[in-house]
Amino acid sequence: MAVFDTTEPQTAGAGADRAWWERIPAAWWALLALLVVLPAFANDFVLFQVMGWTFILGMIALSLMFLAGYGGMVSLIQMSVAALAGYMVAIFGTSGMAELSMGLPWWVYIPVAIVIAAIFGTIVGALAVRTEGIYTIMITLAIASAFFYFTRQNYAIFNGYSGFNLVVPPQLFGVDWRQPVPFYYLTGAMALVCYLAVIYVSRAPFGLVLQGIRDNPRRMAALGYNVTAHRIAAYTFASVIAALGGILLVWQNAQIAPGTAGIPAVIDILVIAVIGGIGRPIGPFIGALIYVLLRTFSPDVLTAIGFEGERFKLLVGLGFLALVFWSPDGVLGMWDRWRAGRARAGDPLTGKGGQ
Amino acid sequence: MSAPAMASAPERLGSVSTDSALELRGVTKLFGALAAISDVTMTVRSGERRAVLGSNGAGKTTLFNCVTGDFLPTSGTIRLFGEDVTRFPAYERVRRGLRRTYQISLLFGGLTVADNVYLACRGVSRGRYSMLRPRRGDALVQRAKELIAAVNLTEVTTTPVSELSYGQQRQLEIALALAGAPRLILFDEPAAGLSPTERVELIRILTDMPGHIGYIIIEHDMDVALRVAESVTMMHNGRVFKEGTPEEIENDPEVQALYLGGGDE
Repeated sequence: MAVFDTTEPQTAGAGADRAWWERIPAAWWALLALLVVLPAFANDFVLFQVMGWTFILGMIALSLMFLAGYGGMVSLIQMSVAALAGYMVAIFGTSGMAELSMGLPWWVYIPVAIVIAAIFGTIVGALAVRTEGIYTIMITLAIASAFFYFTRQNYAIFNGYSGFNLVVPPQLFGVDWRQPVPFYYLTGAMALVCYLAVIYVSRAPFGLVLQGIRDNPRRMAALGYNVTAHRIAAYTFASVIAALGGILLVWQNAQIAPGTAGIPAVIDILVIAVIGGIGRPIGPFIGALIYVLLRTFSPDVLTAIGFEGERFKLLVGLGFLALVFWSPDGVLGMWDRWRAGRARAGDPLTGKGGQ
Repeated sequence: MSAPAMASAPERLGSVSTDSALELRGVTKLFGALAAISDVTMTVRSGERRAVLGSNGAGKTTLFNCVTGDFLPTSGTIRLFGEDVTRFPAYERVRRGLRRTYQISLLFGGLTVADNVYLACRGVSRGRYSMLRPRRGDALVQRAKELIAAVNLTEVTTTPVSELSYGQQRQLEIALALAGAPRLILFDEPAAGLSPTERVELIRILTDMPGHIGYIIIEHDMDVALRVAESVTMMHNGRVFKEGTPEEIENDPEVQALYLGGGDE
């Protein structure tokens, strides 16, 4: 799909003139339908712990995918941005730490949390965008670890080592949003909104310019674009997505502490995005599902075959190693190659036919 | 070149009406101790078509990079349409009507031809940060289509640029340079690597350009350079060596000695 899809705009018919719902493949509708009816046969653990967590981590990794896949900027700050939004919900809303929380209503603390997290992400972006490649990773990692140590040592605002507990979503419309089924639909809907927003923006001028900058920053400047300002704006956009994920994360855990944005958590987001594939916005969600499944079930498997359950990180690490070795562009890349292979199965000479 | 492609002028910042499109005064660029160009002074009138000739290492591309803002000159001043732009970043100069092409194609390989040209049109208009997709019939989308047609790339509109042939990529370079109402274009060896037929097509595109668009062309192919230029600047070892009409330059004994006798090469 492109800014304009057909070479002959006057000809009505195929491609661009179909309604938007006709352009979405049937498999996507099937997946959406499956996700909608999942609460009918999945248990609470699957809905709340597995799927809820997948959607949340997927959103935070999606914000990294937007920066890395479209902007060519590998940022390790996304988990810290998410955690800051979570902290702001605890500080401006209600928590078990009544003397630190302000107890403001949800329609104040949610926008405030998103805005503060977006400002933080923008400032980090402004520091990071003048660097390239490994230096972007190092700068964002340095700020992420500074954020972790700051929250752990600051008791006046962040309540230091213990953080905040009893942070729960507001009882909107008489629903307890922390119950498994409502929480599943809440996180799923937010993930869908963020996913569609990224898809939409990737084809809008803002996203196209970002992809142009990824391919060739010097040339974009020669076309009249302020490359630095555009990259910073991309950090702002990504920070809003990460902030939404962070708010849901603090609600799911009902608590937030420095470890939420510790270095392992920061690295996990990168691992999730890379496992899934940063080429397309669905990648982070695939990566998040794989990560959550490994993280949730590998202790049982390990215990069953006689290892200690804590060794699950070994499995995640080995899986990651195998994946970057055989498919550096993640599960999405494997999928694309498999489909290309099937399409080629037609005529061995022309590559046509087959699928 | 179809006229409507460049008819509507987009937002242009700080335009000062003047007769000279480009004025260089004593421009010097040092790389360490090496002077890539030294004390270059030249004036290009609005709408003028100028060729810059010289052997490899004469400083032609460095001159372009100083004019576009890719490099800041070590000393000297650069005035674009009467305005001092010596310290301006590249994108500010572009928004004043300056474009360039590159010796080695610098395109966006992951994007389609349509997206490449659309980005070039969007770069000098409003809405660079727009989060909304262009509507059907959007003026910039139309302009991009006209430009693609003008350089004969209509049948590859939706092809990713990385899949284009070399000649097609060079044509796309020109389409990008023509996007968004330019007033002065710098062509860096546009004929390099083109087949004889493609050269004829290039000369047609260059000579058919609307009269208000001036250009400076760096070209090794004297046939192309002398056919599309009204005036010629010869450079040698980073300095302006001769200026004149194509005929004067062609018949100049010193130029002949440098070019035909091999000069210092």
